[in-house]
Amino acid sequence: MVKEYETIRDIVGPLIFVEGISDSSYGELVEIEYGTGQVALGTVLETTKDYALVQSFEGTQGLSPKKGKIRFIGKTMKVGVTRKLLGRVLDGLGRPKDGAPLPIADDERDIQGNAINPYSRDYPTDFIQTGISSIDGLNPLVRGQKLPIFSGSGLPHQRLAAQIARQATVKGQEESFAVVFGAMGITFEEANFFISQFEETGALEHTVLFINLANDPPIERLATPRIALTVAEHLAFNEGMHVLVILTDMTYYCEALREVSAARKEVPGRRGYPGYMYTDLATIYERAGRIKGLEGSITQVPILTMPEDDKTHPIPDLTGYITEGQIILSRELHRKGIYPPTDILPSLSRLKEKGIGEGKTRKDHSPLSNQLFAAYARGIEARELMVVLGEAALTEADKAFVRFADEFEQKFISQGDYESRTIEETLDLGWELLHIIPRTEIKRIPPEIFEEFYHKKRRAAVKA
Amino acid sequence: MSISVKKERVVSGKIIRISGPLVVADGMDKARMYDLVKVGSEGLVGEIIEMRSGRAFIQVYEATEGLRPKDEVLSTGAPLSVELGPGLLSSIYDGVERPLEILENLWGHYIVRGAEAPAISRDKKWHFEPAVKPGEVVSAGDIIGTVQETVNFQHRILVPHGIKAAKVVEIYEGNFTVEEVVCVVDVNGQKVELKMLSKWPVRIPRPYKRKLPPKEPLITGQRVVDTFFPITKGGTACVPGPFGSGKTVLQHQLAKWANGEVVVFVGCGERGNEMTDVLLEFPELQDPYTERPLLERTVLIANTSNMPVAAREASIYTGITIAEYFRDMGYDVTLQADSTSRWAEALREISGRLEEMPGEEGYPAYLASRLASFYERAGRVICEGSTDREGSVTAIGSVSPPGGDLSEPVVQATLRVVKVFWALEDRLAYERHFPAINWLNSYSLYDRAVAEYLNREVDEEYGSLVKEAMAILQKEDELKEIVRLVGMEALSGEERILLETARSIREDFLQQNAFNDRDSFTSLRKQYLMLKAIMDFYHRALEAYSQGRELEKILNASVRLKIARAKFIPEDEIDEIASIPKQTQEEIFA
Repeated sequence: MVKEYETIRDIVGPLIFVEGISDSSYGELVEIEYGTGQVALGTVLETTKDYALVQSFEGTQGLSPKKGKIRFIGKTMKVGVTRKLLGRVLDGLGRPKDGAPLPIADDERDIQGNAINPYSRDYPTDFIQTGISSIDGLNPLVRGQKLPIFSGSGLPHQRLAAQIARQATVKGQEESFAVVFGAMGITFEEANFFISQFEETGALEHTVLFINLANDPPIERLATPRIALTVAEHLAFNEGMHVLVILTDMTYYCEALREVSAARKEVPGRRGYPGYMYTDLATIYERAGRIKGLEGSITQVPILTMPEDDKTHPIPDLTGYITEGQIILSRELHRKGIYPPTDILPSLSRLKEKGIGEGKTRKDHSPLSNQLFAAYARGIEARELMVVLGEAALTEADKAFVRFADEFEQKFISQGDYESRTIEETLDLGWELLHIIPRTEIKRIPPEIFEEFYHKKRRAAVKA
Repeated sequence: MSISVKKERVVSGKIIRISGPLVVADGMDKARMYDLVKVGSEGLVGEIIEMRSGRAFIQVYEATEGLRPKDEVLSTGAPLSVELGPGLLSSIYDGVERPLEILENLWGHYIVRGAEAPAISRDKKWHFEPAVKPGEVVSAGDIIGTVQETVNFQHRILVPHGIKAAKVVEIYEGNFTVEEVVCVVDVNGQKVELKMLSKWPVRIPRPYKRKLPPKEPLITGQRVVDTFFPITKGGTACVPGPFGSGKTVLQHQLAKWANGEVVVFVGCGERGNEMTDVLLEFPELQDPYTERPLLERTVLIANTSNMPVAAREASIYTGITIAEYFRDMGYDVTLQADSTSRWAEALREISGRLEEMPGEEGYPAYLASRLASFYERAGRVICEGSTDREGSVTAIGSVSPPGGDLSEPVVQATLRVVKVFWALEDRLAYERHFPAINWLNSYSLYDRAVAEYLNREVDEEYGSLVKEAMAILQKEDELKEIVRLVGMEALSGEERILLETARSIREDFLQQNAFNDRDSFTSLRKQYLMLKAIMDFYHRALEAYSQGRELEKILNASVRLKIARAKFIPEDEIDEIASIPKQTQEEIFA
């Protein structure tokens, strides 16, 4: 039931106001013909008995109210899903970018997706070993989690994301694994970095990439993560694969959202972002997870750059309220030459407690990480005091904590791009560092665990 | 959810505009405000929230994609109501009381549009035990019979609101479904059949005889709450905090350990996995008071952030109506909403689409009054009925202020009505000080009523102990400022002892690990003994120092490690904590 209209009245930014149509459906897909041979995709944002408001995914440059035509397709935006998409590079709307034709799809899916019934969800509990101590030891990632990286411009978030994609394994399990990569508004160089990383490690054949570059139409970015996740859902819940979805950069996505909102003259929320941004972001992030009785999972690692490194900016703020924790990168650590510059204290993994411990990692994992957090926090506090008052002003205990904080940054947080530590190595390193602080200050660890692990290394040495 | 269409009141109209969750329909001048409507061929459920010259503005509780102008809208002639009766406990519903478990059985893993199922099972039979005999006269709120809903929970069936001086004609004992007649009464010569199932419109508070002032604390087993910032049964509290400060963990802890009979937990616009966590954990966890699975006393409302925004708006009303229903039976009920900010955002989104004049930060001008009237539905009351049954609804809402900024409208509007404020702080969370409740900013206006209770029920010096500990924490804040400026040497020995005591209160008492079996719940008695041990050390240390004993030696006494580990001592061995003061005495004055 395709209907064509030539009654464009207004064009404002990405929005097109079409008169005389009385029965377009809300959310319907449209094709916009510019009259120059160019055809763009769009969607219906508002519909009434007199007009329809259409948003073009590809901008409106060159569109004329007289010559342009709008075709209402009669269905919502869909994407063809199949396992054969693995290994392919597509654009932000899912059209081939690598020269080959699209594979024949198993199924066509609405890109909006449906909300997973909370009753049908399975709680994520499988620890993913990323080989990165500051993540595995302190803010572990589990299968089905959504854990964003909050970064700033110039910080090595791409290196970190690539390292996670390269090294992630689940202990003792060899299962089918796939990466879905959604790029929104990043530069060619950044996109190329990921592609060559995937190529280098042979991961490209398990990967499908959706690339919307900085010079591609900004509004297209609103569809890119949804298309990527629709494909990911098929791979996870129909093909039984464990899918890692990397979305970068969510900041550009939100800016596209703001652009549309501003063009619609909506009441702006904080910093001009629309009031419904929380709900909108939730419909992306909540598409991570596991489903009872099904094999696969979707783990999301969205990346966003915080404007001015400000965590309270609406984009990181709303993201943090939806996702299950966050890995924050620190400019200070980066300047000290520490990679990955994970800002330990404000970073958090909410699903940590259920994903670690006996049978998953090791029984000392949880208390040890609490103790490391607390000791590092106190070390930083003491270090600040030292800057103001000089070292002499510190108590012996505080001096030990400063030394702990320094060593912790140099040995525990810092590691190489290609250095993958097992979780046991990470935890043993943590215990070793605890010897720097006085024993009486180790309060977060229950006595029996303390006894078993604190002297482990020495006991091992004695045995040898 | 009740969606039966009453023939006589059917009004039908046609859609003329669709914008997100808002649908406008023409030809609806005979419909009424807040009537429930069904929209389009799929029968999506919505509610009329505004009427303008015959046009109804409808908020739709489901995704509106695919609707088009000229589609039909049908009014059901009844307001949005919830179904009430045996079977509520251990169920999980969405924001408009659709049973999610049954939805999964019927439609699979995803929430599909137009899905419908009765909230209370029509097939399940319950054993009804009459509480009155034929010939007795009953009125609204009187118990006509009971159903043993779970091993420990007696569901009381009440005479519906509006019936006065009715004579019981017949009443049957036996197994019935909720729709079968269990009792027939005679109201002024008219026979009225009573069933176990009842309905109540969510936006109208359920009636009670009168409200009572707060008296007894709600015991939560959380030390910082029970000892320092207590909440009473029937009280109201809010938990504001930036993301990552532990709002949800605190809410879960309260749902787990608070000593009410029923918990209604509303996940309002939050994460799906959090509801899953509750669903998987609560059947495993034991209620510390009845030793039955916690899920047996819990009703869950889950309208996660990606579910339709209008149903999120309705979810807290659905929750509190269910809470009031259990209150009316004479129970202590806790209603927890996580998070009210998401509810306010839903309100804002709908208001924006209605093109209303925005108030502060785009929120509608009626935000504060809506919030206030929600919290006012909490309280300790004498229930309707001829006997003076007492019941309570305690309301605890989290608030998620953008950027952790407490000056934003939702926090401010909430603080004006609630009596307890647990200020969560991200700085504390970074140090893994959990629960990250700031002890200097938080307050409880129930502290005096509760101190009386603690002095009476636990120990007569409990109240003064708490006051003294609080004073030490205040003083610590001032001293820390001095240390920051001039260093530790500037302090006297007494002040150093105070600083160490304050640290001990923070680390050994206020900090509590929700994920450690022994630390997760602390009885009032144990709380008292722990605090007593810390404060006793303070006094003994001061005494020893004034006698000229060496400061470092006092502060490094090994008994301090015992104090630090007191939290891990199991409840049945708390005599060990009681013996700490004696050891302190022996060690310091050795």
